[in-house]
Amino acid sequence: MRQIFLAGLAFLAACLISPDRAQAQDAAIQPILQEHQALIVKSSRKTIGPAIDAVASSGLPQAQTVLEVWAAKNMWQRKEDGLFFIGEKIDSKTYALTDFDSGETVGEFPKKELKQLKPNSGIRALIGTALVQFQLSDPDIEARKAALLSIERDPEASLLAPLRASIDGEPDAALKAQKQRLERLLTIGYDTDETARLSAIADMSGDLGVDVRATLNPLLTTTREVAAGAVPEGANVAQILHPGQDSFDKITAYDLLADKGIAPARVTSDDIRLALGEHIEGGSVGGVPVATLHTQAARLKAYTVLAAEGEVPTYVDEAAIDSALKVNVFFDAYAEPSKSVTDAAAKALKDIELKVGLNQTLDLTLDALSLASIYFLAAIGLAITFGVMGVINMAHGEFIMMGAYTGYVVQQFIPDHTVSIIVAIPTAFAVTFAAGVAMERLVIRWLQARPLETLLATFGISIALQQLAKNIFGTQARPLTAPGWLDGAWVMNDVVSISYIRIAIFILALIFLGIFLYIMKRTRLGLETRAVTQNPRMAASMGINPDKVNMLTFGLGSGIAGIAGVAIGLFAKVTSELGSDYIVQSFMTVVVGGVGNIWGTLAGAAMIGFLQKGIEWMNPSNTLAAQTYMIIFIIIFIQFRPRGIIALKGRAAGE
Amino acid sequence: MQRSFIAKNPSVLVFLAILALFTLLVTVMSEGFGVGGISTSFIKTLGKTLCLCLIALAMDVIWGYTGILSLGHFAFFGLGGYMIGMWLMYERTRLIVVDSLAQAEIPPTDGEVIDAVGNQIFGVVGSSEFPLIWAFADSLVIQLILVVFVPGILALVFGWLAFRSRVTGVYLSILTQAMTLALALYLFQNDSGLRGNNGLSGLQNLPGVTASQDYVSLWFFWASAAALGGGYVLCAWLVSGKFGSVLRAIRDNEARVRFLGYSVEMYKLVIFTLTACIAAVAGALYYPQAGIINPAEIAPIASIYLAVWVAIGGRGRLYGAIIGAAFVSLLSTWFTGGQAPDINLGFYTVKWVDWWLVLLGLSFVLVTLFAPKGIGGLIDLYTERRSPSRHGADLGPDDGALREQEASQ
Repeated sequence: MRQIFLAGLAFLAACLISPDRAQAQDAAIQPILQEHQALIVKSSRKTIGPAIDAVASSGLPQAQTVLEVWAAKNMWQRKEDGLFFIGEKIDSKTYALTDFDSGETVGEFPKKELKQLKPNSGIRALIGTALVQFQLSDPDIEARKAALLSIERDPEASLLAPLRASIDGEPDAALKAQKQRLERLLTIGYDTDETARLSAIADMSGDLGVDVRATLNPLLTTTREVAAGAVPEGANVAQILHPGQDSFDKITAYDLLADKGIAPARVTSDDIRLALGEHIEGGSVGGVPVATLHTQAARLKAYTVLAAEGEVPTYVDEAAIDSALKVNVFFDAYAEPSKSVTDAAAKALKDIELKVGLNQTLDLTLDALSLASIYFLAAIGLAITFGVMGVINMAHGEFIMMGAYTGYVVQQFIPDHTVSIIVAIPTAFAVTFAAGVAMERLVIRWLQARPLETLLATFGISIALQQLAKNIFGTQARPLTAPGWLDGAWVMNDVVSISYIRIAIFILALIFLGIFLYIMKRTRLGLETRAVTQNPRMAASMGINPDKVNMLTFGLGSGIAGIAGVAIGLFAKVTSELGSDYIVQSFMTVVVGGVGNIWGTLAGAAMIGFLQKGIEWMNPSNTLAAQTYMIIFIIIFIQFRPRGIIALKGRAAGE
Repeated sequence: MQRSFIAKNPSVLVFLAILALFTLLVTVMSEGFGVGGISTSFIKTLGKTLCLCLIALAMDVIWGYTGILSLGHFAFFGLGGYMIGMWLMYERTRLIVVDSLAQAEIPPTDGEVIDAVGNQIFGVVGSSEFPLIWAFADSLVIQLILVVFVPGILALVFGWLAFRSRVTGVYLSILTQAMTLALALYLFQNDSGLRGNNGLSGLQNLPGVTASQDYVSLWFFWASAAALGGGYVLCAWLVSGKFGSVLRAIRDNEARVRFLGYSVEMYKLVIFTLTACIAAVAGALYYPQAGIINPAEIAPIASIYLAVWVAIGGRGRLYGAIIGAAFVSLLSTWFTGGQAPDINLGFYTVKWVDWWLVLLGLSFVLVTLFAPKGIGGLIDLYTERRSPSRHGADLGPDDGALREQEASQ
């Protein structure tokens, strides 16, 4: 639709300008069209090329109009004299024709006296390529951008010249830079002048763009060649191969020979079996009874007899393979003939790889930081309850899930995402705080000093809560949508980027660290909590109520889990299994970090986050393996620091 | 005073008698050998339940008697199943392949048979090569040894690492859970060599046996019953002797036992490995009856359920573990199988398929809170053995334990 509109615009412009120009240049496009009339009317993708080229290279201002009108199916041929015009519909039977050269309306004609040219999609694509040179200098910046994009997607040698021609006249600075960059890339790929290519490669080396690598890599594609005796003159050899070495085994080498027709094809064991099957005569093949053909040696014997009779091709044995390999040389040859170009490209790619590697490390570090902050958020509540009360809360994951579902429910009532998140965070805290306090009051209090049973009882609660969530919200994932300003990612270059949600979670984790430190070091509750952590009986005799402290710390830990749930729900799917996906990692974080110390949890989260990302980087296809190795690493780590990275010292470290 | 083993453990005779009666009853009621009152699929369920009782027994010894809450015994159970499954799958596929290749004009070579078997087994994970761990899959004897050996070695290495560094209590529980998770995640990979999440299947067919499942299921049922009986006697013998006394002492006060000069780590390691082997045997009997094994079976949650069974049945007594495993797993089958009638409350219909887990979770909490002795505690009412009066003092670290009575034996 837009294309037609643009074509119309161009047509109007042509109408206004062309009379003067036509007179000034005194050249017409109609004769060119007439010259190729047969091809144009035939309208076949295979033969249309010369006609389009002739129009495009005519150098006439009307050429663009012609091509656009043609592609938009608005070109009509008058049957009586075969001339081409722009057709404009008056009514269903009548069309007004306009001359390309003069721009004047020739008159109105009934449809049956005219023939519309309907180029198919293949031809329109060809016309589109021809139009690029006009579009690159189009006054409309959008059209120029679109033209540049189409070159980027589908680079061709023929586009280099028009692209270069259009750079100087480009008024927009950004677009000009883009054009220059594309020109460099096209030069690398398609220029015929070697020095120009070398300088272009030098210009682009060290550039991180994917397009640079996409341009350089094809230059270094090799084909595996074989030649008798020595490497032929003029071949751009990447590497000479020695059969039987460097993962280039003899069988592959010989098969290459056979493929090239230099040596007879290898007879595989399948071939032998088939050949034997075809030559069974009276229960035996080549004098060997069929029943004994269940070993390779017997089969080979029978086959050799058949081969001697000339029934089947001769078996190629080890010695034959070796001698055939000896007289031939194998090598990888670049498709690109110029050695200096391939050398320069290889060097440039190496530079780029190094730079990409550095940037990937940075990207990985960012990823690991973000993962660590997620684990920190998930584990901090657990660390509080474990550290203060020595209680493992297996339902902690379900509190995270509860927080996420709270966020979802809040979003059902408050459609504005920003407001709903602001409301959801305290609501989630309140809900899970209440749940935590209830759990502490009803269950955990009665199981004090029996940590294993607490573990199991909280596990029972975890099963019940998980199933309850399934019954209420169903098994399918519920959306917890992040506000619009958190969409997208912070992109540094083509390699390094990180989404805003992850940055927000990182900041949230920092905030929590601050709040936690404040509560622990600066408030009455923190003081009492630390006292109870160190020695509950002594604390009780100092007038601190350990029951109350336990209840509040448990509520606090659960509440933080709820907020972590909202944060995790923003980027993960909210399902009833959300919590159990994080629970083992949270435990790991606490165990590795050490109990009863926020810095330990931080160190544990950082270690696990970096470790997981690091292992994933080594084996990117397999996140399962990454988790496996990470857990094994942690089990071994515990050997050396059984009490975690930061262990409590003194009395608090006791049982 | 030296009393005989039976006199010290009256429950052994009672249990064996009940097990024998039960086995006889099921055999008489079966479709294969009896009047056909019990369907073959239910016999399989009962046989599987016996295997679960056996692993619950192992769990009770390690948790109820030694105080190590292992959340990893289902990993050993699954590994045992994988080991026997490898032979079952290999041998059955080989027979099928040999049959189909016999149709060809030329008899197949050994190499061709193995390639074809590899293709059949590993086709689903896009491979056809036999991984190294299948090296002995063609030998039933070796695989049977591996059933005990592989989980045993894993338990030995893991236990050595864990106990050596004095990891105890909840730390150890979490660590065993991590081990289970690591194993499950590893097996989930396609290139682990055990068919990734497809697992091993078709295990219910014994290679070379043409008898119908009616009979095969009973054979396995008998084998499971025999294993359970043997396991019970073994465990009762273990926990009633001096060795058992040390185990209970470790549970009640590990430091004191260490100061008395016992090598606590060694005791723990031995009992951990031994129970892992028992779990592996249970698994090797379980999965041929289930017919399929995949890594999801090893997920940490399974091991936690195991702890739930033992806790509900009553830990610290062997029959308690068996009662718990049988009761909860059969009830669970009944509820989740959709056989339990729905309850219509007028405004809401309680579907047990949805609500069973809520019920289980909550009743588990209630049992932990109010009946730490579990169902097995009911037996005490009959035998009139009560906890001695401690004048209001705590019973010790473990309410489920029968320390006073045990001392009087």
